Amino acid sequence: MARYSAFSIFRNALSGQKNWQRAWRAAEPKPSYDVIVIGGGGHGLATAFYLAENHGIRNVAVLEKGYIGGGNVGRNTTVIRSNYLLDGNTQFYEFSMKLWEGMSRALNFNVMFSQRGQLVTAHSADQLDGFSHRANIMRLNGIDADILDREDVRHLVPYLDFSDTARFPIHGAIFQGRAGTARHDAVAWGYARAADGHGVDIIQNCEVTDFLRDGDRIVGVETTKGRIGAGKVGLAVAGHTSVLGAKAGLELPIESHVLQAFVTEPLKPLVDQVVAYGADHFYVSQSDKGGLVFGGNLDGYNSYAQRGNLGVVREVAEAAIALMPCISRVRLLRHWGGVMDMTPDASPIICPTPIEGLYLNGGWCYGGFKATPASGWCFAHTIATGKPHPLIAAYGLDRFRTGHTLDEAGAGPSAWLQ
Amino acid sequence: MLRIECPCCGLRDHDEFRYGGDASVARPAHDDPDPEAWYRYVYIRTNPAGLHREFWQHVTGCRQWLVVERDTRNHAIASVDLARKSSARKSPARNPPA
Repeated sequence: MARYSAFSIFRNALSGQKNWQRAWRAAEPKPSYDVIVIGGGGHGLATAFYLAENHGIRNVAVLEKGYIGGGNVGRNTTVIRSNYLLDGNTQFYEFSMKLWEGMSRALNFNVMFSQRGQLVTAHSADQLDGFSHRANIMRLNGIDADILDREDVRHLVPYLDFSDTARFPIHGAIFQGRAGTARHDAVAWGYARAADGHGVDIIQNCEVTDFLRDGDRIVGVETTKGRIGAGKVGLAVAGHTSVLGAKAGLELPIESHVLQAFVTEPLKPLVDQVVAYGADHFYVSQSDKGGLVFGGNLDGYNSYAQRGNLGVVREVAEAAIALMPCISRVRLLRHWGGVMDMTPDASPIICPTPIEGLYLNGGWCYGGFKATPASGWCFAHTIATGKPHPLIAAYGLDRFRTGHTLDEAGAGPSAWLQ
Repeated sequence: MLRIECPCCGLRDHDEFRYGGDASVARPAHDDPDPEAWYRYVYIRTNPAGLHREFWQHVTGCRQWLVVERDTRNHAIASVDLARKSSARKSPARNPPA
C-alpha cells in the first residue's frame, strides 16, 4: 500500500496524477478464511482492520452485499460526541472519541475529523440541571463538558431564536468542545484501504444468503458468490441484523426503523458547531460544502425501506425553524433514509452469541457512526479472544433477559419510541 | 405517503394514526410465573423484512385500534382489520406465533 503524503501528491503531479493505485483490491473470495465479517460498513471494515492490526489475524474477508460506503456509514449525519450519561456508554464512547482523534494518522487517510464542538440547548432550569448532572459524570470520567448559560449560548450561536416569542426559550446548554464531525465516506474508505493493506479481502456485491453449519457450530456462509468457509463469523449488518440473525437461529430484541437525514443548498458559513435542539429532536451541522446537514426523529414504524415519509420531513422542518428561524427560507437539497437497528434500550449489542462461531455487532440505533472505531476495536477483540472486551461488557445480548438494560434514552421497551 | 384504509373512516393519511408495534406478540397469561415468557413478550421481535402484522390506532379519527398487515420493504398494505375483531392479544400463549 503506497503511503499518502504531501510528497506523494507532488510526485504524482509530475505524471499528471495518472498513476495512483487502487485504494483497495477488488478481491474475489477464497474457499475459506479465519474470520469472515459480514457487512462492509464502517463497523465491519473497522473490525477487519483491528483484527489484522491488533490481533495479527490477516486471513479475513469482509463481505458486503452492495458497495463499500453505500449503507448507513454513508447515510448518517456524521456527528461524533461522547456525552453519555450511563456507565458502560460513557467510557465506551470516550474511548471511541480518542480513536477518532488519532484516526487520520492511524489509517494514513484524511477522515476530515473536525472537533468543532457540540451543544445541546436546554429550555428549562430543570433540563439544565439534568445537563449539569450529565456534565459532572462526563468530567468525573475525564471527558470535557461545559455548562453554558443563556448569554454564553447567545455569544456562541447568536442565530438561534432568543426572541421573546420563542416557544421554548433557551435557558442554557451543555457543550462538549471535542465533539464534532468527520467525512463519513472517508471513514469507510480509510478503513477499507488500511484493512486491505493488511491483506484483508474486501468483497463487494457479495450477499450472504445463509450460514454453513457443522452440528451446532457455524463454519461458513453461503453467498451470492458461492460458499465460503470460516473459522469465525462476525455479523456487522446493523439495520438488517434481524434478517441475518434469523437465518442463524438468533432471536433478537431489535426492530428495524427508518431514520431520515437532510441537506440544504450550500450556504456561507453559519453553523460553526454541531447544534442539537433540547426541546425536540433536531440536530444540525454545516458541511464543508456549505450545506446544512440535519436530522430528527425516526419515522416511527417498522421499515426496511431506505426512504422516509413526508410527515417526518414536516416535523423536522418545524423543529428546525423553531430553533433557527433564520433558515426558514433555505431550500432542501436532498433527504434520504437509513435503516436502523432499534433496540429496546437504545444501546447497542456487541457480544459472542449462544451459537458457536458467531459473533454479533448490531443494535446501533441512532448512534453507530460515532462508535465506528471503538466498535471495530472491541468487536475485533471479542472475535479474536472469544470473550467480550471490557469496554463492551454492558452490551451483551443477555442484558434484556437479566434486567441490566442500558436505557440511555429512558423511553421504555418500545423500540420506535427510542 | 403511507395511507391506511380505516374500516370506520376510509382511506386516511398515516399521520392520523399512532403506531402500536408488532401485533403477533401475545401477552402471557396474567399469572404466568415464567420470566422467559415475559422476556419474550417485552423484548423479542421477529422484525421481518416482508409482511408484518402490526397495531395502529386511529387517534385523530375513530380512535379504534387496528391490525394492519404491511410489507416493511415497500409499505404495501395487505389487510386492515379492527383489533377487537382480530385474534391478536386474545389468547394468551406461551410463545408468540411465528
